[in-house]
Amino acid sequence: MASEIPAIEVENLVRRFGDVEALSHVNVTIRKGEFFSLLGPSGCGKTTLLRIVGGLDMPDEGIVRIGGTDAREIPAHKRPVNTVFQSYALFPHLTVYDNIAFGLRMKKVAKPEISERVKKVMDLVEITPLGNRKPAQLSGGQKQRVALARAVVNEPQVLLLDEPLGALDLKLRKQLQVELLQLQRRLKITFIYVTHDQEEALVMSDRIAVMRAGKIEQMGEAESLYEHPHTRYVSQFLGSCNLIDGTVKRRGPKEAIVDSIVGELRVEFGQNPPAAAQRDKFTLAIRPEKVTLCRLDESAGENRVKVRVDELIYIGSETHYVLRAGEQRLTAEAMNVKVGSQGFDIGQEAIVYLPAAGLLVLDD
Amino acid sequence: MAKKKGEVKFGEQLTVGGHLSRSVVTSGPGIFWVTVFLLVPLVWIGVVSFLTRGEVGGYGKPFTFENYTRFAGFGFFGFDLLYPQIIFRSLVLGAGTAGFCMLAALPLAFFIAGMPARYKNTALTLVLIPFWTNLLIRTYAWQIILAPESPITHLAVALGLTTAGSPLYPSAMAIYIGMVCDYLPFLVLPLYSSVEKIDWSIAEAASDLGADKLRVFWHAILPQVTPGLVAGIVLVFIPATGQFVIPDLLGGAKTVMMGNAIQQQFLQSRDWPFGSAIAFIGMGIVLVGLWVYARFSGEKGGELL
Repeated sequence: MASEIPAIEVENLVRRFGDVEALSHVNVTIRKGEFFSLLGPSGCGKTTLLRIVGGLDMPDEGIVRIGGTDAREIPAHKRPVNTVFQSYALFPHLTVYDNIAFGLRMKKVAKPEISERVKKVMDLVEITPLGNRKPAQLSGGQKQRVALARAVVNEPQVLLLDEPLGALDLKLRKQLQVELLQLQRRLKITFIYVTHDQEEALVMSDRIAVMRAGKIEQMGEAESLYEHPHTRYVSQFLGSCNLIDGTVKRRGPKEAIVDSIVGELRVEFGQNPPAAAQRDKFTLAIRPEKVTLCRLDESAGENRVKVRVDELIYIGSETHYVLRAGEQRLTAEAMNVKVGSQGFDIGQEAIVYLPAAGLLVLDD
Repeated sequence: MAKKKGEVKFGEQLTVGGHLSRSVVTSGPGIFWVTVFLLVPLVWIGVVSFLTRGEVGGYGKPFTFENYTRFAGFGFFGFDLLYPQIIFRSLVLGAGTAGFCMLAALPLAFFIAGMPARYKNTALTLVLIPFWTNLLIRTYAWQIILAPESPITHLAVALGLTTAGSPLYPSAMAIYIGMVCDYLPFLVLPLYSSVEKIDWSIAEAASDLGADKLRVFWHAILPQVTPGLVAGIVLVFIPATGQFVIPDLLGGAKTVMMGNAIQQQFLQSRDWPFGSAIAFIGMGIVLVGLWVYARFSGEKGGELL
């Protein structure tokens, strides 16, 4: 397996628009059959990267390899990749059937085979009854399926999806997320999926690259990105995080005692201490759901901080608290597991407990 | 149940009377204009075409088909296809002008649409500048440009296209230069507005799906500009078919076009009924042609006509 040729290799890719570097020295390797997401806010370069892989844009520097072949010399219309566009970009003058058949016709596939493959893929994405409609007669979700079918019917090595669910309402988006994932597992095509929706990326991807200002900030599996963000940016972009600044008081190989605005905190570095663990000033991050809220009289463990409840957002299964400990603002999320009242009111004083293993040392 | 008094439109309940008065105010002037200045004269010409020429011009009874049979070739001097030929010549001129205008307008419209935003209005104004000059003056200007001593003629001589000392007109080429110069804006403007609206992601999709440049243009770009192209072709074809000043001035006044045939009947020959018949036949052929085109080009062009 180790010697298998990656589906996509991107080396040192640079793309400039005027003075702006839309991509600056990006390196990614995407394995065959992987569901890989590029996650970032608009303007971070994720779509540019996708377009360069698809041949719709050219890099200023760097190499793209598709299945081991240098793709810079392959024009868009000959690349073994297909794109699902954000706006769908269906041919408005062609029927659904002709839209899907377009790619096969361009490749001069024999007519009976075209009809067979188009019908099969229409079945797969459940749009068989729509064959004679024009795109203008379709709903958003149906257009999305046609766009997907039009790309998938070509059996590309890699399918590029540019925020394909971005224009759909939440419910439909959730449903199509599941369908896309099932489709990908069934077809075993490598997916590169561009999105700015962190939840979508977490739910669907094998691996995620979080992008920022033309660079990949952090790359990894969903869980490792969420549990161990390396930077403020990643910690804030994937979910939310409490950030606490502090100075190192004592340092061991696996832990440190940090003096912070909320008092002395013990921090465990975990399996792989980050490089930032060697600094004197720490930025600590802790996820709101790892912040445990207790009554004043309850005995909790270490890293106890006295707080006041500033705000309380009740959302049924859980309650989100905005807490204040002096100058420091903390958020906590608690599952409402108790029967009856959860017991905290606005203005009430309480204790939070910040588990030492839940405190992460960020790079910046 | 309350009695229904009218329908809800534009967010308010309108009575039938209110609806009517509103329609009269908004559409009335347009309907008046079209009726008085287009429909009535047209019907009149139609009636005249079935009348007989008077002794000293004018027209009167009896009603007759003679004007139409005369057009079809059964004239005073035996069978002669002169008039169908004139109509055919005019149609060729209209189609040729539309064709050359299309070839010139396509690159021009894309070029202007691709310019930086601040130059676009200037470019469009330049396209319109010929309209600021009288047609006759523009056409005479071409006579000067194509005269024996003009630089362009010298260039043509150098290229071996003509002999020294002779002008480049009258010739078919000169006619078409004049025609394209005159009608190009009619095609460029609607085409340009279509080009501006092109959704380029559709072109990218075609390329992504394996279409080379030529096929991207054919399958993804041309269908998007078809409405503008068809509108422009119609706008050029119809008036170009009736044009006779340019063919006269740049073509040497040796050939009769539909336009001068009609003009001659009305002015020189004072045969209004026959002139009306030629006008009606010419109009009918153009309309039938457009209708056939709309039928066979499907909804793309059909919705424009």
